[in-house]
Amino acid sequence: MDALLHALNGIPVLGLVFQFVEYFITALPFTGHVAVQLAVPICLAALCGVMCERSGVVNIGLEGIMLTCAFTGWFAGALITGVLGPGTPTPIFGFTLPLLLALVAAIGAGMLLSLLHAWLSISVRADQIISGAIINIAAIGLTGYMNTLLSTQTLAATGNFSALRIPAAVAGFPLVGWLINALFGQGPIGIATILIVIIFQILLFRSRWGLRTRSVGEHPRAAETVGIDVIRLRYRNVVMSGALAALGGAYLSMEATNAFQAGMTQGRGFIGLAAMIVGRWTPVGAFGAALLFASSQAISQSISVSPPPGELGTLLSHVPTQFFDALPYLITIVVLAGLIGRSIAPAADGRPYQRESAS
Amino acid sequence: MSRPSEERSRIAAVLSSVWSLIAVPLIAVLMALIVGAVVIVLSSVLVLKNPFDPTLPLTAYGALAQGAVGSYDSFVSTLVLTTPLLLAGLGVGIGFRAGLFNIGAQGQFLMGAVGSVAVAVWFAHAPAVIAIIAALLGGMIAGAAWGFVPGLLKATSGAHEVVTTIMMNYIALALLAWIVIGPLRQPGSVSPSTPSVGVAALPIVLDRSGHIGIFIAFLAVPIAWFLLFRTTRGFEIRAVGANPDAARYAGVKPRRLIVLTMSIAGLLAGLAGASVILGVTHQMNTTFSTSVGFDSITVALLGRSNPIGIMVAALLFGAMRAGAGPMQINAGIPVELVDFIQALILLFLIANVALRRLLRLRGVSGAEQTGFETITRSYGGEATG
Repeated sequence: MDALLHALNGIPVLGLVFQFVEYFITALPFTGHVAVQLAVPICLAALCGVMCERSGVVNIGLEGIMLTCAFTGWFAGALITGVLGPGTPTPIFGFTLPLLLALVAAIGAGMLLSLLHAWLSISVRADQIISGAIINIAAIGLTGYMNTLLSTQTLAATGNFSALRIPAAVAGFPLVGWLINALFGQGPIGIATILIVIIFQILLFRSRWGLRTRSVGEHPRAAETVGIDVIRLRYRNVVMSGALAALGGAYLSMEATNAFQAGMTQGRGFIGLAAMIVGRWTPVGAFGAALLFASSQAISQSISVSPPPGELGTLLSHVPTQFFDALPYLITIVVLAGLIGRSIAPAADGRPYQRESAS
Repeated sequence: MSRPSEERSRIAAVLSSVWSLIAVPLIAVLMALIVGAVVIVLSSVLVLKNPFDPTLPLTAYGALAQGAVGSYDSFVSTLVLTTPLLLAGLGVGIGFRAGLFNIGAQGQFLMGAVGSVAVAVWFAHAPAVIAIIAALLGGMIAGAAWGFVPGLLKATSGAHEVVTTIMMNYIALALLAWIVIGPLRQPGSVSPSTPSVGVAALPIVLDRSGHIGIFIAFLAVPIAWFLLFRTTRGFEIRAVGANPDAARYAGVKPRRLIVLTMSIAGLLAGLAGASVILGVTHQMNTTFSTSVGFDSITVALLGRSNPIGIMVAALLFGAMRAGAGPMQINAGIPVELVDFIQALILLFLIANVALRRLLRLRGVSGAEQTGFETITRSYGGEATG
């Protein structure tokens, strides 16, 4: 077996491909786990987008909602810890009362911001791109402002959610061990994301709510004639979607790290928007797109941290590291332009709805 | 006999029409400042535990205004900060007109900076005039290339420009880091940075910092206006944005137009990047970053994709950026307040239908919208044919 591998790796040019595959497989336990971690916030943002846009409301404010919620979760946690004390974390997931209350606060903030977006785009019938832009700018401004003010204060540390520890016996299981570790060796928000993707996909395409949501996004007039309250359904979906982006924000400041930094979303909301489009407005597609992006990021990281041995390694060491930084974005473009091509938004996406009888 | 009263009623009519034109923007700015003031006072009392001080907002806004237009010096710095916003904002606005949502101004701006600094280093020993023109062209071409690619991808494969321009932004960032650390790194520099642009630096013509790029930017306004409203191409751009199907039946080729529009947008954003490198920073290091790309989207939205509106919006934003620093230094209010106020201005502007109803202004119908249907329509993917 080793001899065969050695022979394959020795083939000029083509051998490099085999070397890469070998490296890819040996790096999987690391990259798989990191990829899921990187994909979670992007995926949650994309899911928020899917829920909004399937019901006909464009939401480019994902970035702003995430940033606000990352801040709110951290700040609320610090305030609550200051009052209640830190509390003892539970052995699994590291839940404490302040952390959970802070998560509720973050979700509340996300839903509140989404309510503003819903009001502007559904009731005021303003342009939804502008409404989303407002949320993004306001979030950068207000969280940055507060963060600068708070930098002079000492705040109580709340800590963060901890990841589920997969026993070494399970994680080391041949073939599937790494996958179990990658998917379930995550914190509560990470694991919840995977469940949400599955449930959301089923609900969107197999439930009454899903059918109604899609019909409101494609042809609201027809939906109204069969008795669906377009305005109410859109409001409900947009506000609910805020909770998803909020989870994405909270993940950054309460699970992946334990503190807020100015601008810590680093464009993940926009990448989530891209993942939604590449995933063709479906939850599973969005998750796949987020995962594709995150895995190429994880592999790039892995290559720059521990480059593969041999010929391939020497070759890669001549490539500037910035190329690997750009690789995930390049891959996304290639996948979109080459494989997916034109993805078509819900027909009524971005169109404010006005009842015929009204006015 | 009835002359004076007729005269008076005509003046009243003019006044009321002027009022209905400027009332909404004016009130939006005022309300944004009021909400900003509330945030200043509340955050000072609740976060910093300072005693209640109702004059703090006045101190802050005073420092802001002083820093923006308080002296000739500060007015010039407002113009310097307006320049890139105006150029990139025009690019984004022209894209909006064609129904293209170009989030890529950021990347196009960075590539413009990279292109101009690379050419400037190349032309280090050329006469100044040639070096300047070549460096500006280098920035414009690099920016245009960064707009051309998403345009071409959209025209050929239908790849959504929102996705491709976002990705191109990050690729530009990586390319910039590589250029500064690798091929263009000044030998012997402690922290990686490119050599100075040398003779290609834009001449300073106003005060100590007012480079000639300011005039280029303001000259671009009538050019953009002429392009959009007085040329066939401009008509086609607007036609594709307003109704792609009708435009196609009228003989417009949307694919070609998409590529052209994205390239023009990139060219303008690239010129903005070149103006910053050649006029302000004179060299580039790895931390060369900017909020111009995203601010210019806001500027284009606020200016309603109209070159003159964009000019006014860019001046407003430039003034706020110029005043933000002095506000933080002299009044202790973090610069980020300016972003928040900008968001509030937009918010009160788009809630203008609700506002107008409140103020009982004329010419309001229930269905009136903000005139931005074209943007969201493009978002639904209709602009390709």
